Amino acid sequence: MVSMQPTPSNPRAPWDRELALARIREHLDREGPLLPILHALQEEFGYIDQAAEPLIAAELNISRAEVHGVITFYHDFRRAPAGRHLLKLCRAEACQAAGGEPLAQRAEARLGVRMGGTAADGSVTLEPVYCLGLCALAPSAMLDGRVVARLDHERLEALLAEAQR
Amino acid sequence: MTLRLYIPIDAGALAVGAEEVAAAIRAAAARQAVALDIVRTGSRGLYWLEPMVEAQTPAGRIAYGPVAADDAEGLLRAIATDGPHPLRLGRTDDLPWLKRQTRLTFARCGVVDPRSLADYRAHDGCRGLARALSLGPEATVEAVVQSGLRGRGGAGFPTGIKWRTAAQTQAPQKYIVCNADEGDSGTFADRMIMEGDPFVLIEGMAIAGIAVGATKGYVYIRSEYPHAAATMEAAIAAARQGGLLGDRVGDSSFAFDMEVRVGAGAYVCGEETSLLDSLEGKRGLVRAKPPLPAHKGLFGRPTVVNNVLSFAAVPLILDKGAAFYRDFGMGKSRGTMPIQLAGNIKHGGLFETAFGITLGELVDDVGGGTRSGRPVRAVQVGGPLGAYFPRALFDTPFDYEAFAAREGLIGHGGIVVFDDTVDMAKQARFAMEFCAIESCGKCTPCRIGSTRGMEVIDRIIRNENRAANTALLEDLCHTLKFGSLCALGGFTPYPVMSALTYFPEDFGAPPRLQAAE
Repeated sequence: MVSMQPTPSNPRAPWDRELALARIREHLDREGPLLPILHALQEEFGYIDQAAEPLIAAELNISRAEVHGVITFYHDFRRAPAGRHLLKLCRAEACQAAGGEPLAQRAEARLGVRMGGTAADGSVTLEPVYCLGLCALAPSAMLDGRVVARLDHERLEALLAEAQR
Repeated sequence: MTLRLYIPIDAGALAVGAEEVAAAIRAAAARQAVALDIVRTGSRGLYWLEPMVEAQTPAGRIAYGPVAADDAEGLLRAIATDGPHPLRLGRTDDLPWLKRQTRLTFARCGVVDPRSLADYRAHDGCRGLARALSLGPEATVEAVVQSGLRGRGGAGFPTGIKWRTAAQTQAPQKYIVCNADEGDSGTFADRMIMEGDPFVLIEGMAIAGIAVGATKGYVYIRSEYPHAAATMEAAIAAARQGGLLGDRVGDSSFAFDMEVRVGAGAYVCGEETSLLDSLEGKRGLVRAKPPLPAHKGLFGRPTVVNNVLSFAAVPLILDKGAAFYRDFGMGKSRGTMPIQLAGNIKHGGLFETAFGITLGELVDDVGGGTRSGRPVRAVQVGGPLGAYFPRALFDTPFDYEAFAAREGLIGHGGIVVFDDTVDMAKQARFAMEFCAIESCGKCTPCRIGSTRGMEVIDRIIRNENRAANTALLEDLCHTLKFGSLCALGGFTPYPVMSALTYFPEDFGAPPRLQAAE
């Protein structure tokens, strides 16, 4: 059986209008295609370039304001490329109860950023996430789509070292 | 002889090294020249024992855990020779934590290969669908009504009534929507079903489609669950190939197909009308009700929106009959509830049992208290919008009405345990902060009141006009509760007010007298 490796959210291809249009058009025959389109663009480029807004608006025959409104409503959609790696630390109650807060502070101190920031060397973006569904194994984190639980200082250091390589 | 092992591919097991364990066991088997067949399953839900490896023996499956990659060599030798091993837990079916459960919805989770329709059928799968097809749509809806099943997402609305309403609404197109936007901290039962027994959800949705006359379904899965989405995609493809979905569902004249849609990190999209807007490609704004989704839902069409666990309960209800399911439970809470034990807890995981078990039994007895070994001080039941209960309320039975009577909610069945190091003023502040981050912005009390709430709690913590600010916080919570369209604004007062009521000393007030509740 194949191992499931969810795709990382760090950037790949540089912004390309034609490539963006191709990805947009793959979803036009679906009902409610906007979210699948935005996911496809973010998967392709690592973020959703502002130049994508008028393209999507024209293809879906909706206003650019509507597209912009949707992109900015959802926490997942990024307006600029993230670092080479994306480290999400769970900040929700189950992880708080299991010592997640000191770990989050340690990660911020080690990377020299606040939650949502990218390390100066561009290696890693640190983000909060509100629940990964690993609450019986708290605290938990996700590095580029790979889940890690029963996080302690040692495991966190290993994750940070991996992300900064 | 080929040795058959079962190793979970559930995200929780993967997060603590199940993949590394599987690889190490394969390598050890090659070195020891043992013929090996590894089946990847969902999790049994005993997360403190993950990664848990099971071996097929003539006496049934034998469990070992928690296994580390370094254990592979010795473990494999012990399994192959049926010898002793420090991690040997005994027959899985005899594990006390599993034995005292009533696994109806989770009967197959951790047992079957989640991507094999043949395995699903071999374990009583598709029998509910067959029964629904022989009963016909009306009797199918009636069976769900009679079972007493209530929405497992949190609101507890009778599932059958929703179905009946949608069935009786005439429209050229109707939809079945599964709410798999399981955003409550402390909950993971939906994720486990999607990763461990996805066909039961597909079957439940197909039955719903036949019952109400809908031909199209969507599973809206949160983006934080990539493994669940991948397994659902694979299972849907297998279901199409195997005739469980398509133009002739189960060789009948009914058509039903479905697809996965992935959310984008908005907690509020777990609210059903916000979810529908999101599916339509809009900002996930909450809609006013009426119109009910069963009348005007997705794209304005009649739509049944149910939680994963609600749909997953349906095949069994059809197969065994409404009375079988209804006979479990208490009061108006019928059947079983998959309860999730989480946070600072010794034995965390999935515990499915009939309604009626007390909170204290769940936390102290089943959960074994805290993992830190310190005393339990508070538990939050029902996610970020659920109340914090002190030990004084541990006699509350797990039942929709019993929790509501004590200004709490069971929600989606998550219990997060905190030890005595918790600062309840900080938790109350977090409830407001979370509401501020996740508010869709439609209702003013939720959009603005949550930020004002954080500020007021900060003032209380700093002892600025404490009495006046406490009164202001209570007033603000009242406004939120009665001035919000959905549960995000409406229920945020539960964690805030329960923290203030039961743990006043954390807000600088004298402790509450230990009077009987």
